[in-house]
Amino acid sequence: MLTRILTRSLVTLLAATVAIGFAQRIELEFWHALTAPSGPLLETFAAEFNASQDRYTVNASYKGSYADTMNLAIAASRAGNAPHVVQIVEIGTGTFINAGVAIKEVHQLFAETGVPFDPERYLPAVRGYYSLPDGRMMSMPFNSSTAVMFVNDDALTRAGLDPATTPLETWDQVRAAAKQIVDTGAAACGFSFAWPTWTQFEQFSAIHDVPYATRANGFAGLDAELRINSPLHVRHVQTLIDMGAEGSLTWGGRGSAGDALFPSGECAILQGSSGLRGRVVREATFDWSIRPLPYYADAVEAPLNSVIGGASFWVMTAPGRTDAEYRAAAEFFNFLGQVEIVERFHVETGFLPIVFGVYEKLAAEGYYDANPGADVGYLQLARTAPTENSMGFRLGNMGEVRNIIEEEVEMALQGQQTAQQALDNAVERGDAVLRAFERAFR
Amino acid sequence: MRRRTIYRHKLLPYLLLAPQLAITLIFFYWPALQAIYQSFLLQDPFGLRTQFIWLENFQHVLSTPRYLESVRITLVFSTSVTLLAMGPALLLAVMADQVIRGATGYRTLLVWPYAIAPAVAAVLWLFIFHPSIGQIGQGLRALGIPWDYRINGNQALFLVIFVSAWKQVSYNFLFFLAGLQSIPKTIVEAAAIDGASQSRRFWRVVFPLLSPTTFFLLVVNIIYAFFDTFGVIHALTQGGPGRATTTLMYRVYRDGYINLDLGASSAQSVILMAAVIGLTVIQFRYIERRVHY
Repeated sequence: MLTRILTRSLVTLLAATVAIGFAQRIELEFWHALTAPSGPLLETFAAEFNASQDRYTVNASYKGSYADTMNLAIAASRAGNAPHVVQIVEIGTGTFINAGVAIKEVHQLFAETGVPFDPERYLPAVRGYYSLPDGRMMSMPFNSSTAVMFVNDDALTRAGLDPATTPLETWDQVRAAAKQIVDTGAAACGFSFAWPTWTQFEQFSAIHDVPYATRANGFAGLDAELRINSPLHVRHVQTLIDMGAEGSLTWGGRGSAGDALFPSGECAILQGSSGLRGRVVREATFDWSIRPLPYYADAVEAPLNSVIGGASFWVMTAPGRTDAEYRAAAEFFNFLGQVEIVERFHVETGFLPIVFGVYEKLAAEGYYDANPGADVGYLQLARTAPTENSMGFRLGNMGEVRNIIEEEVEMALQGQQTAQQALDNAVERGDAVLRAFERAFR
Repeated sequence: MRRRTIYRHKLLPYLLLAPQLAITLIFFYWPALQAIYQSFLLQDPFGLRTQFIWLENFQHVLSTPRYLESVRITLVFSTSVTLLAMGPALLLAVMADQVIRGATGYRTLLVWPYAIAPAVAAVLWLFIFHPSIGQIGQGLRALGIPWDYRINGNQALFLVIFVSAWKQVSYNFLFFLAGLQSIPKTIVEAAAIDGASQSRRFWRVVFPLLSPTTFFLLVVNIIYAFFDTFGVIHALTQGGPGRATTTLMYRVYRDGYINLDLGASSAQSVILMAAVIGLTVIQFRYIERRVHY
């Protein structure tokens, strides 16, 4: 009797579960690392995706900084409950690409789920960063920026330079202008930059078409070695040291610390992320403009495309994850890749329009005439076809490599070592990091 | 005679201890053992490929010149923080001990900083010392001093020492004051009647009697400087410029959390753990002998 009752209730329970299962939407855990205004907008997109269909629910949650989010995702993966989709900063790409069974590659995701997808819609410089050399896309590009140069036009005028006619295309021109600005007291700081390694080494190498590392900047294999102690790199660090000595350069600190120097009016010329534009619009109380990154005129005929920064979305695996869940991720990605979504994200946050069609549409509507400078990053990124040197970087533990370079350059700027010593040390230490990574991932 | 509580059941005391023991085992011993185990491994962050490499992590860590540099920075940092946190605290405590009117008010005010989280304290001081937005920072620059802790390693080290010490002064003050108040007034008065000057009374009578407190605080402050100053360094300098403020603790964080090199990071934790255990043992064995209880 008891067994019969038990069996019957079990059967009922099972049936109920199945019924709920059919009616229930498939939940997709999605972790991101974006703060306002980008983060809330991304969550709005997730909500719109949920409302647009009745099969999937994306639960978007903010998990802290890029480093925090990456560490949480890795810890969750080790514990067997990774999120379905996680946003990983561009320098984490090398780590995630080698994550083997812990991730599902994006090209694989679309192939297995049968959801149609065309990677060619994405700009080559964006797509390439997150793809294998053979073109297979590993993660889904989303928020991408590039480095540009912000110029305080009022400070130029005060220094006796006409912003309309003063060229700031080469490093010589930038240095001369920065010196004049400081000498005339037009601003306390002539020139500075945020994200030192990103702007002064990664972008610098790309637009000058010189390798940052061997093996196509690491795209071709884990055995890449750094090449940032080339004569051109040494010359550039020497320029920075000289500018520091003559007072035209102020070191803005690591990471985004330098950002604050421009909108406050302290620094007249600042290289930073194109995404800084939104803050400058809000905070700057002077006339300003955005210009492409400068180059050494005798080192490259015409500068190449710059590289992106930002983050992409990775699909993670976990025990018991179903095809329907992966399908949800694929559908969500296609939703985010729509022209209207990319356009809104670009206009509201300042990140780049990463799919073809958005820039053209906005340009036709006169958006860039009304918002001067908003297109400089895009045009710089799209101005040439990426070469091996300007496709991006695929190095293990790239965050550590960045730190090492910043450390050594900081010490050179303090006069503790020469430019050559700084970069030789950076290469030696950076290569040790790359070898350790290669060993751990072999 | 020693008082002893007699339990009728042999099991009961263990049962009563169990929750505390469980917490200690789960939250202290287990992670510590994990760290020791991890320090013998070479592993990718995802834990997909693991190799047992014996002591290679330790060998690698200890043969890095930059690790030894961190050791030096940590010694300078910990010594300075300890001295700077204890000296002023003792002075304040001696002064507050003499205050008769409004003593509670002074005490409360002096204890306040302790209630501030390290990272918040760091941000407060950052707003004061920042070369372009901080009042003192701007003032120093106006005086012609090239103050910029973002590029000057010594200034950066000074700043993190200063903020870390400032944070701990309140705590030390509280203990010193309690220590001073537990010294019988009669002894000090007797010395005064014998004609000892105030400074003589302090150094010959009060200070030796205060030594248990001083010793306790010495241990606590050194451990504080080693382990609890992460928030300050992280908020102010992130270990830079160069490696000027990369203490051993900060290195563990950087190698483990930012660089995901779990083996090297664990090896460093284990070394740090051994160092602090060693330091505490030395303190209790040798310095304590000279402490008057």
